[in-house]
Amino acid sequence: MVRAITRLGEKTIEQLEHLGHLTVFLMTVISKLFVFPFRYRAVLQQLYFIGAKSTFVIFLASITIGLALGLNLYVELSRLGVQDRLGTAVSLSIVRELGPVITALMVMGRAGSAICAEVGIMRSDEQLDALECMAIDPFKFLMVPKFWATLISVPLLVAIADVIGVFGGYIAGVVIFDVPYGAYWQGVYTSIDWQHLNMGLIKSLVFALVIVWVATGKGFLLHLDKAGVYGAEGVSRVTTQAVVMGSILILFFNFLVSAFMVA
Amino acid sequence: MTKLTADTFISVDKLTTHYGERLILDKLDLSVRQGEIMVIMGASGSGKSTLLRTMLGLNRPTSGQVKIMGLDVTNASRKQLYQFRRQIGVAFQGGALFGNLSLVDNIQLPLREHTNLDANTIRIMARMKLDMMNLSGFDNLMPSELSGGMVKRAALARAIVMDPQLLFFDEPSAGLDPVVAAELDEYILELKQAMEMTIVVVTHELESAFRIADRITVLDRGKVAICGTIDEVKASNDERVQNLLNRRASREQVTPDEYLELLTRVQATRPHRGDIDG
Ligand SMILES: Nc1ncnc2c1ncn2[C@@H]1O[C@H](COP(=O)(O)OP(=O)(O)O)[C@@H](O)[C@H]1O
Ligand SMILES: [Mg+2]
Repeated sequence: MVRAITRLGEKTIEQLEHLGHLTVFLMTVISKLFVFPFRYRAVLQQLYFIGAKSTFVIFLASITIGLALGLNLYVELSRLGVQDRLGTAVSLSIVRELGPVITALMVMGRAGSAICAEVGIMRSDEQLDALECMAIDPFKFLMVPKFWATLISVPLLVAIADVIGVFGGYIAGVVIFDVPYGAYWQGVYTSIDWQHLNMGLIKSLVFALVIVWVATGKGFLLHLDKAGVYGAEGVSRVTTQAVVMGSILILFFNFLVSAFMVA
Repeated sequence: MTKLTADTFISVDKLTTHYGERLILDKLDLSVRQGEIMVIMGASGSGKSTLLRTMLGLNRPTSGQVKIMGLDVTNASRKQLYQFRRQIGVAFQGGALFGNLSLVDNIQLPLREHTNLDANTIRIMARMKLDMMNLSGFDNLMPSELSGGMVKRAALARAIVMDPQLLFFDEPSAGLDPVVAAELDEYILELKQAMEMTIVVVTHELESAFRIADRITVLDRGKVAICGTIDEVKASNDERVQNLLNRRASREQVTPDEYLELLTRVQATRPHRGDIDG
C-alpha cells in the first residue's frame, strides 16, 4: 500500500517534471519565433509536408463527416418538420466544432507523428548534438520553421474541411433527401457570421500550437524519457505518446475554447 | 591538478559527471597539447563519450572544469559556446549526418550557416573536402545510401569543412571492418600532418589507437588509469590496463553490498506493468 502510494507520487513528480521540460521547450521556441533571419525556404518545405500533403486525408475525413452529419440531422429535423434548416445546423456544427477538431486530429496523426519520429531520430543518432556542435541552433534551424508551417497550414486546412464538410451535408440533404437547394445554401449563408468563423480560427491556431508543440517537444526530449530506451524503440514509444497526448489536448482545448466563447 | 604549459590546448580538471545518481567520471584530470593526437581509450561504457560530450559543452558536469583554447567550457554562456564551436570539428560515433540532406548538402551546411560565401565557392570547398576523404562523385547520395565507412568519412569531411584547429572524433573504427578502419586512421594522420590539427579521438580499438596516437589516455571506472605515449602504456604494469591491452575480460569486482544495490536499482527503474502511457 505504502509502496503503491510512493510509486504514484514518483510517477506524478516524473510527469510534472516532464511537463516542465515541455513548457521550457515551448517557451524557447516561442522566444525565437520572430528572430531574424526568417527561414522561408524551410518554412515552405514544411508547409508542403504538413499542409499540402494533408489535404487529401482532410478531404476524405470532412466529406464523410459532412455526409454523416447531413443524414443524421435530416432525420431529426424532418421529424420536427424543419428540414429546411439543415444548412444552418450542418454549417454551424462543422464551422464551430467538427471542422477544426477533425482537421487537428488528422494532422496530429499524420504530420504530428511524422514530425515527432523525425525529431526523435535526430535526437537518438546525435544529429541534434551535431547541429549544436556546428554552432547551429536547433531551435531556429528546425523547430521554428515547423512551428510557422503548422500555424499557417492548420487554419487553411480547417477552411478546406469546413467547405468540404458543408458540401457533404449538401449531398446528404439536397441530393439524397428532399431539402430544397435554395433553402440549404440560404441556411448556410445566413447562419455563418464572424463570431463562428472567429471561433473556428481561434481553435485552429490553438490546435496547431498543440500539434507542433507536442510533436516536436516529445521527439526533442527523447533522451530525458524515463524509460531510458533510445533508438527505434524509444522513438516509436514517444511517437505514440505524442499522438495520444496531442489528441487528448486537442479535445480538451476544444471544450475550453467553446466554453470560453459561449460564456 | 593538470599542469598548464604553454602548448596546453585542452585541460580537464577534476571533472566529475553523473547520469542521475550514477557516477560516470570521477575527478578526472587530462590535458591535451597543441598539435597532438590524443587517443582516449577504455572499455565500452567507461565514459569516453560522456567525457567528449562534456568537453563539447553538450553535458554539464557535476563539478570540475574543462578549459579549451582559453575558454572555460563548463561555465560558458551559450554565445561563447557557439563562438568556440565554430573553431572545432566533431565527428560523432554514428556519423550524425542529416537524413534529409544529400551528402554534399550535409557538408556544405556549416559553410552556408556561418559564411557569406556564394553558392559556387561553397560547393567547391565542400567538393575539396569530399575529395580529401575519397568521396568525390557521391555528392548527391543520401546518407541512407552510404556504407558504414563512407558515413564515417562523410562525418569527418563535414567536421573539417570549416578548417577547425581542433577535431573530436568519437569511435572512428567502431563497426568497421579492419581494412576500412585502417584507412580511416590514415585520414586522421593526414589531417594532423597536412592541417596541423589537434585531434582527440575516442576509441576502444587497440590497433587503431596504436596506429594514430601521440599519447593515449586509458579510462577505467571514471578515472584515468594511465596517460602516456604508446610505449609507456604498453609498459604499464597496471593489471586492468594490461587486461584491456590483452583483451582479457576483467570481471567487475563487486562487493555483496554493491551487488544488492545494483539489483534493487534496476528494479526501481524498470517500468511496472499496468502503467499508463502518455
Ligand atoms: N544519457 C544517458 N543517460 C543515462 N545513462 C547514460 C547516458 N549516456 C550514457 N549513459 C551510461 O553511462 C555510461 C558511460 O557511457 P558512455 O560515455 O557512452 O561510454 P563509452 O562511450 O565509453 O562507451 C554507460 O554505462 C552508459 O550506459
Ligand atoms: Mg561511446
